[in-house]
Amino acid sequence: MTTSTHETEIVADARVPLVRITRTFDAPPAKVFRAHTDPDLLVQWLGPRDTEMQINYFDCRTGGSYRYLHSRCDGMEAAFRGCFHEVRPSELIVQTFTYEGFPDGVALERVVFEDLGDGRTLLTSTSLVDTFEDRDAFLASGMEVGVREGYERLDEVLAG
Amino acid sequence: MAADPLSRAFSALSDPIRRDMVARLAVGDATVNDLAAPYDVTLQAISKHLKVLEDAGVVSRRRDAQRRPVHLEAEVFDLMTAWIERYRRQVEERYRRLDDVLRALPDDVEPIPPRREGVQP
Repeated sequence: MTTSTHETEIVADARVPLVRITRTFDAPPAKVFRAHTDPDLLVQWLGPRDTEMQINYFDCRTGGSYRYLHSRCDGMEAAFRGCFHEVRPSELIVQTFTYEGFPDGVALERVVFEDLGDGRTLLTSTSLVDTFEDRDAFLASGMEVGVREGYERLDEVLAG
Repeated sequence: MAADPLSRAFSALSDPIRRDMVARLAVGDATVNDLAAPYDVTLQAISKHLKVLEDAGVVSRRRDAQRRPVHLEAEVFDLMTAWIERYRRQVEERYRRLDDVLRALPDDVEPIPPRREGVQP
């Protein structure tokens, strides 16, 4: 049993407003796919730390749709929804993604599950948005949370 | 507008050769010839890549010096790196939670859960 941690890699494309994220998982594609399609599993990992994820509906099949809420303990809520355009078990999910606070904006997301053998999966997740500004705002959205969680982790280490 | 400095800098760094050039400039200034040496491309192609990096404010070249060494503008570069790194860290946190979920799943799980009633709006 391996205990290695795989690092997440992020690339911001030059030609189109796209962010590409790659990460390897120590699990076969069927398991990684299930964790993306089963609402009971999704709530355990998708939402940012400090938020509670509530799924209104989540029908991960070609032609299906979804809506979920992230709620923070201070009462802030953000709702997201979209449609599943193509779902091929253990291989591919193509979906739209809209933040309801900005309903005119929509991202096209593609998640590819590549079998690396040895019970490992390479996950490639791309998010295509309308403009480069949207893309860079998307990248910047991690900033505040990233810093906060970084300090929280430091606090935990110092307290331990 | 799409031409804000950070967007231009991000775009400039999307090319693998340009990323590699920047990585080498992080060690120290270099001439165009130095930069071209490892690649099987013309000096002209390298100059073109440099021009993109220069226009994006990622590198600068001294006008006066004979060899015109290329210099990495660390401030712009650090800002971009910090920006992406913070986002990357957020995604990494999420994926570590996914690692935990996967560890708890049985090996013979079906890729899609059984269909439930009332999942559609």
